[in-house]
Amino acid sequence: MLFAKDTPRENIVVRGARVVDPVEGVDAVLDVRVDDGMIAALGQNLDTNSHRVIEAEGLVVAPAFVDPHVHLRTPGREDEETIASGTAAAAAGGYCAILAMPNTDPVVDSAATLGSLIEAARAEAEIPVGFLAAITKGQSGAELTEMGELADAGAVGFSDDGVPVAAPGLMRRALQYGAVTGRRIALHCEERTLSRDGQMHEGEVSAELGFTGYPSVAESLMVERDLALAAYERQPLHLLHLSAWESVQALRRARADGVQATAEVTPHHLCLTDEAIRRLDPNLKMNPPLRSASDRTALIEALKDGTIVAIATDHAPHARHEKDVPFEAAPFGVTGLETAFAALYTHLVEPGLVPLEVVLERMSAGPARAYGLDEPRIAVGAPANLVLLDLNASYRITEETFRSRSVNSWLLGEAVKGKVCATIAAGRLAYSS
Amino acid sequence: MAEIRVMREDLRPPTSPPRRHFISIKDVTREDVERLLATARTLERSMEREVKKLPTLKGRLVINVFYESSTRTSSSFELAAKRLSADTMSIKSSGSSVDKGESLKDTAITLGAYDPDVIVIRHPQIGAPNLVARVTEAHVVNAGDGKHQHPTQALLDLYTMREELGRLEGLHVAIVGDVLHSRVARSLIQALSLMGAHVTLVGPPALLPRGVEAMGCEATTDISVIAGADVVYVLRMQRERMQEGANYVPSLREYAARWGVTPERLRPGQKVMHPGPMNRGVEIDPRVADHADALIETQVRAGLVTRMAVLYDLLTNGPIEVKTESVLEVA
Repeated sequence: MLFAKDTPRENIVVRGARVVDPVEGVDAVLDVRVDDGMIAALGQNLDTNSHRVIEAEGLVVAPAFVDPHVHLRTPGREDEETIASGTAAAAAGGYCAILAMPNTDPVVDSAATLGSLIEAARAEAEIPVGFLAAITKGQSGAELTEMGELADAGAVGFSDDGVPVAAPGLMRRALQYGAVTGRRIALHCEERTLSRDGQMHEGEVSAELGFTGYPSVAESLMVERDLALAAYERQPLHLLHLSAWESVQALRRARADGVQATAEVTPHHLCLTDEAIRRLDPNLKMNPPLRSASDRTALIEALKDGTIVAIATDHAPHARHEKDVPFEAAPFGVTGLETAFAALYTHLVEPGLVPLEVVLERMSAGPARAYGLDEPRIAVGAPANLVLLDLNASYRITEETFRSRSVNSWLLGEAVKGKVCATIAAGRLAYSS
Repeated sequence: MAEIRVMREDLRPPTSPPRRHFISIKDVTREDVERLLATARTLERSMEREVKKLPTLKGRLVINVFYESSTRTSSSFELAAKRLSADTMSIKSSGSSVDKGESLKDTAITLGAYDPDVIVIRHPQIGAPNLVARVTEAHVVNAGDGKHQHPTQALLDLYTMREELGRLEGLHVAIVGDVLHSRVARSLIQALSLMGAHVTLVGPPALLPRGVEAMGCEATTDISVIAGADVVYVLRMQRERMQEGANYVPSLREYAARWGVTPERLRPGQKVMHPGPMNRGVEIDPRVADHADALIETQVRAGLVTRMAVLYDLLTNGPIEVKTESVLEVA
C-alpha cells in the first residue's frame, strides 16, 4: 500500500545515539547496525563491517515518523507540490511514510487516477507514500466510489478530506461498504451550515476582529454523528484533524463504549490558539481553525492519555501569491512536514507539557496502527525506519531550508529547538543534514 | 518625508522606527486620542474662517483607495486632504485594474511607486490596510476593512459625543443593531472603553457576536435598556442579513418592530447617533432621525475635521500641543 523509488538499501551503523523506542520500551545509548536495509544488531561497540558510519553521540535515534495526512497537490497543482518535492520534504521532517489525501484535481476516485499516482511514486517518491482514495465520486457527496476496485489498486484508505460527507445516509453506506475493503475510512468532520463562511474559531477573538466565526460545534456535531454511525454499524473509522474540546469528549465516550475510532491532531492545533490570529497572518488560516486555549489543553490531554493516537501535519501547500493576500481572501491550509517535530519539541516537550516518548509514539506507531500499516520500530529483524534527532539544536525556520515547493508555514521566522539530522526510510538514507 | 513616529511607542521595539499608521483603535493610546480630538477642535475653529484652506500639507500626496462604495468617508477624506492643501488622488475598484483581476498587493505597489505620503484605504477584507502598510512606504489610514475596524469613524463619534455632552468618561452609550457585521461597532466599543465610557450592545441574538463581552461591554437583546443610556448609537441593518441561509432575523418588519429605535423607546433629550447610510423605518424611526436630538449631521461635520486631524497628525512631527492654534496659523 506504500510506494517509493526502488533504490539500493543501505548498510549503515548509527553509533552512540540514545535509542528511544517507546513501543519496544527501549531508552539506552546503543549502536544500531543496518544490513541491507534491515536492523541487524543493537548493542554497544558494534562492528562497523565497513558499513557507512553515522556518528550520533548526543543525538536521539527513534522510529521514523509516519504522517497520515498530507496534501501532495498532485495531480493538478504541481506548482504547489509534487510527489518528489513532498516526499523530499517529508524525509527532511523525519518521516519514513506519508499518506496523501485524494482532494486533488482530478479527485482520486478511480483506479486509473490512483494507478498513475502509484506509478509516479515508484518513479520519484523519496520515501514510501500511500494514497487515500475518495469516498464519493468527485468528493461531491452523492455517489460512492468503487471502493473495492480502488482498494485492490492500492488505496491505503478512503476519505473525502476537505469536504464532509454531508448526508448521514450516504455516510452509513460508506461505512458498510468500506468494511468489505478492509481499509480505513477517514472523516473530515464539519457541519457546513454551521461553519458557513467561517474564517476562524468563533469566540472572543473573532468577536473582536470581526471575522465570521467557525464554531467548535460545527466539528463536534459531525464527530458525534459519525461516531453514532460507527457504533451502529460496528465499523472502525478515523477522525481527521480534531480541533475542539467537544470533539475530544465525544471521542473519549465512544471509545469507552467500544467504538473502534481513532483520531489525529495537528501540530498547529497542539501548539497554537486563536489568539495568534491577531497577527492577521494568512499562514495561520486553516480548516479546522485554531481554537481556544481550553480546546488546546483538551487536545494535549487527549494526546497524552491516548484518546488521540496520531499526530498528522495536514501539510497543505499553497502558492505564494495565493497566501499573500488579506486573511479572508487566503485559502485554508499550512505546511508542516518539515517543521512538525521542531514545533512539537519546542512548544510541548521543552515546556514539559508532553513527554518526548509520547510525541515520538504519536508521530510514528500511532498513525501506522490507525491505518493498519507496519509500525516503525527499532528491533533486530525490523526494516530500518529511523530518525536522528538533535534535541539541543536551536535555529530559526527560514524559507531557504524548505524542500517543499511551498512556504506557507506558520513557523516562518520563528526560533525553534529540536532538529531532524537524518532519516532512514525503508532501509535507505532518505535525508541527512 | 515627515519624520517617522509610532502611534504606540511602548509596544514597538525601540530599534526600528516604523511608520505611523491609523489602522485600528487597538493601536492607539488614550493620549493619542486626546491629541487627535484636540487637533480636530483646533481645525474646526479654523473652518469658521472665510477662507477654509490651510497650507499645512502643501506638496504632500494623499491617495484614497476605495474598494467599497462610500459617500461620507471617501468625500470627507478627500475634502480633508484638500482643506490641508495636500494633493489628492482617488482610486475606485471599478474602472481600475482591480476590474482586471489585479491583486491588492500589486495595486498597492503600483500606487506606492508615486511615493504617496498617505494611503487611505477602504477594503471589504479584514487586514487589507496591514498588507498595504507592508508593501508601501506610505502612512496607511484604515477607512474601513471588512467587519474589522473603522477607526476614523470611532474618532469622529467620540468627537461628536464630547462636543455635545461635554465628556466621554463615564458616558453610557447603547449601540443598537447588527453588531456582528459592523466595523463601526468594533472600533467604537474599543474607543469608548479606552476613554472610560460604558457601552451596552443591544440587538437580536444572532447579531450579537458570541464572546463580544470580552471587549469590555455588556450585551443584551432587551431594547428597553436604551432608555437608560446617554447616547443611543444606531447601526445600519443590512437587507442581505435576511437572505436564505443567513436568517439572522426573520424579516426587516420583525426587526423594526422589536429593535427599531422609536420615540417611544427613548427618553426626552436623549442623543441619537447613526454612522449612515440610514434605513429610515427599519433601524431608526424617521421621527427620531429628524429630531433635534439626532446628531447625524453633526457627525458628518465632525468627520471632516477629525480626518483632517488624522492626516495632520500622521504627517507632522506630532504631538501637537492642545492649545496651539498658532501651529496651524504659522504653518
